[in-house]
Amino acid sequence: MSARALPLLFLNLGGEMLYILDQRLRAQSIPGDKARKDEWTDVDRKRVMNDIISTMFNRKFLEELFKPQELYSKKALRTVYDRLAHASIMRLNQASMDKLYDLMTMAFKYQVLLCPRPRDILLVTFNHLDAIKDFIYESPGILNQVDETFRQLIETYNCLSDGEFQLIRQTLLIFFQDMHIRVSIFLKDKVQNSNGRFALPTSGPVPWGTEVPGLIRIFNQKGMEVKRTEFTTGGNYITPQREGSFELYGDRVLKLGTNMYSVSRPVETHMAGSSKNLASRAKENTVPNPFAKEELNFLARLLGGLDIQKPAGGETGFRLNLFTTDEEEEHAAQTRPEDLSYKVINIEATQEPGRRAELSRILGELEVAEPRPGGAGKGEDLLALMDGL
Amino acid sequence: PVPPGPTSAIPPRGVPVSAATLTSSPRASPLVRHHAATRLHGGGGGPRVSAGGRRAARGSGTGGSGVPGTGRWYRRERALALRSSSSALYNNLAVLCPPARPPRAFGAVHGTTLSLLGPEGPPRQLPARGGGSALSTPLLTQAAWCELPARVLLVLTSQRGVQMYDADGSTLVFWHALDVPEHPAAHSVFARGISVAREHFICVGTSSGAVLVFDIPPKGTNVTLSEVLEQHRDPVTDIAAEQGQALEGAGDLVTADDSGTLCLWSTGEEFTLLGKIPGSGCTCSSVTLWNGIVAAGYGNGQIRLWEAGTGQLRAQVSAHARWIYALDLAPLTGKLLSGAEDSFVHVWKLSRDPDTDDVEIQHCHAECVTDTQVCGARFCDPAGDTFAVTGYDLSEILCY
Repeated sequence: MSARALPLLFLNLGGEMLYILDQRLRAQSIPGDKARKDEWTDVDRKRVMNDIISTMFNRKFLEELFKPQELYSKKALRTVYDRLAHASIMRLNQASMDKLYDLMTMAFKYQVLLCPRPRDILLVTFNHLDAIKDFIYESPGILNQVDETFRQLIETYNCLSDGEFQLIRQTLLIFFQDMHIRVSIFLKDKVQNSNGRFALPTSGPVPWGTEVPGLIRIFNQKGMEVKRTEFTTGGNYITPQREGSFELYGDRVLKLGTNMYSVSRPVETHMAGSSKNLASRAKENTVPNPFAKEELNFLARLLGGLDIQKPAGGETGFRLNLFTTDEEEEHAAQTRPEDLSYKVINIEATQEPGRRAELSRILGELEVAEPRPGGAGKGEDLLALMDGL
Repeated sequence: PVPPGPTSAIPPRGVPVSAATLTSSPRASPLVRHHAATRLHGGGGGPRVSAGGRRAARGSGTGGSGVPGTGRWYRRERALALRSSSSALYNNLAVLCPPARPPRAFGAVHGTTLSLLGPEGPPRQLPARGGGSALSTPLLTQAAWCELPARVLLVLTSQRGVQMYDADGSTLVFWHALDVPEHPAAHSVFARGISVAREHFICVGTSSGAVLVFDIPPKGTNVTLSEVLEQHRDPVTDIAAEQGQALEGAGDLVTADDSGTLCLWSTGEEFTLLGKIPGSGCTCSSVTLWNGIVAAGYGNGQIRLWEAGTGQLRAQVSAHARWIYALDLAPLTGKLLSGAEDSFVHVWKLSRDPDTDDVEIQHCHAECVTDTQVCGARFCDPAGDTFAVTGYDLSEILCY
């Protein structure tokens, strides 16, 4: 519903993706001098992070992203992250990519749900960006891109009212509705129940601007307070200490959106049990917005069209496994429930002439790195690109 | 047609109390402090803690009367399964309850469809109307049954417009399309806020702040847009009609918006704006009107009671720790139900002291819906002896 939810969705999911990739790369990395040709080193890890972050914050890409538009389906958005994850020398199998996307979405769903105020979603975004800046602090060029995005976020969102933020939050919650994939790190921390639902605490600090529940004040006709009574609830709330900072630099106070993964904690998801919610899952929007798909393909195409250094010798690059062993990954691919698979969407031609003209113009300005198969039409080019993923 | 009518609010009789003064400055007059936990008293007129205390206001400070304890007024009964889970939208529970009979039907919005539960037959789903073009199915924002003397209509509001069905959702009676721009603009377009007014109008709010007034014939599909009320500058959140006895000079319809502004209207062939209660930037997500008292639920968890005639603030309750999503009122007893993101549902009792004309609100019951952000709460009978609740991601309606 809100036309301003997509940038927040993209940046936060991207941030979670980077946390997970960083953790896996560190877990699988070997000291440089001991590494074989196909093993990860610290240098490789830094390079992957740099490549992905620099692609994610590409100016033209973000320009498109920040335009007012409706949110896309989970399946459609997944395509963008697929391309983003492959923006470097790293390769992920379908099963690992699925798992990565599951983790990203469940983590951000948790953050959106638990935000004390709808406006705090912005603080969560800033937490992600602060961490991203830490990943690439050695590269001033990319750091600049991230700071630019930070400023654009502040400019676009700081002036929105609480009501508008709640609309953004409600739009994001519709996106995440019915997702109950269990994440081991959440289960261990008792943040998620065994049925996949998040635990909502009824204690702790109230949001900034809210009073601790319990007081009733009565006023007379002249507006003078004449009585106070108190009531008790089951909750156990306290007043908050301070508000988080919405500036470029500052203490965000809120912990949501900070990196909860560390090298020693493996990240696992559980597929079994989430199918219990099959009955309650309404069918996904069966008539997807053709404009949304073309727009999204444009985003995906933008990512694909950027100049990416391919590894020497035409190798397929280093493969990252999100599971502990190759066998596990193979098994996960075969046992993934049907309703949870992210099928790549089919591209349909759209009839709207104005939009195609605009897209064609922008596409014409981009440098396309990969060869075009035999001069076929635009639709077929995109199809070929998608098939090549 | 744009309604005529005054655009300035009627100045209240007393000193206007703004939200800022309420929370910051110390009070000069002595207060009586009571510690009243949820009390046990019989339905209807029980002893009131307030009466004794207030009359001894000046200096004596007697302790609270009433039995401290967790007097439980309600118990959890059954859970009704929905076909799909409920979305996090304001006032997301519709109940059709004919008088003196058990509730006939329930409805909760899930994304692009309305999940319906009737008295018999399996649960069903009613989709939002696309509006005819090749665009994707729009999202619904709210649904409510509108009970008029001759008929009951089920009204759905969405990003595209307003759909009106007959009570069981089987026949589309009327469709009103909103002006939706070609390409999405920064400000979203949607309809939200549904209420009956004066027994033959249905009022629907929109994201531009305009309130559409539809004239409903006793039967047939000849629904017409009778007026467009343009007083709100922010998206409308909720609309409520007077459920008891309107006071003289007070309105019989209240509309609320994202900025917390409340408008009071007198309804009729032409709607007239009687007064405006300015918001303080905190969204009013839900509102009810009863015997000249406006009860409004806000994003900062507060419930405020306003005098409909003068716009004077009469009570302020720090009711919830998170955004309030739903309020409902039982007209026979003045019970008020509130549900919020903090997982709690509270039942309150509104009343008016006949001697002092003071408005009273007492806490009756608290219910915690574990691990659920409540988005819909409604009484299932006019006395408020039963109520139903649903929450985000919950595929059930919980009955108490």
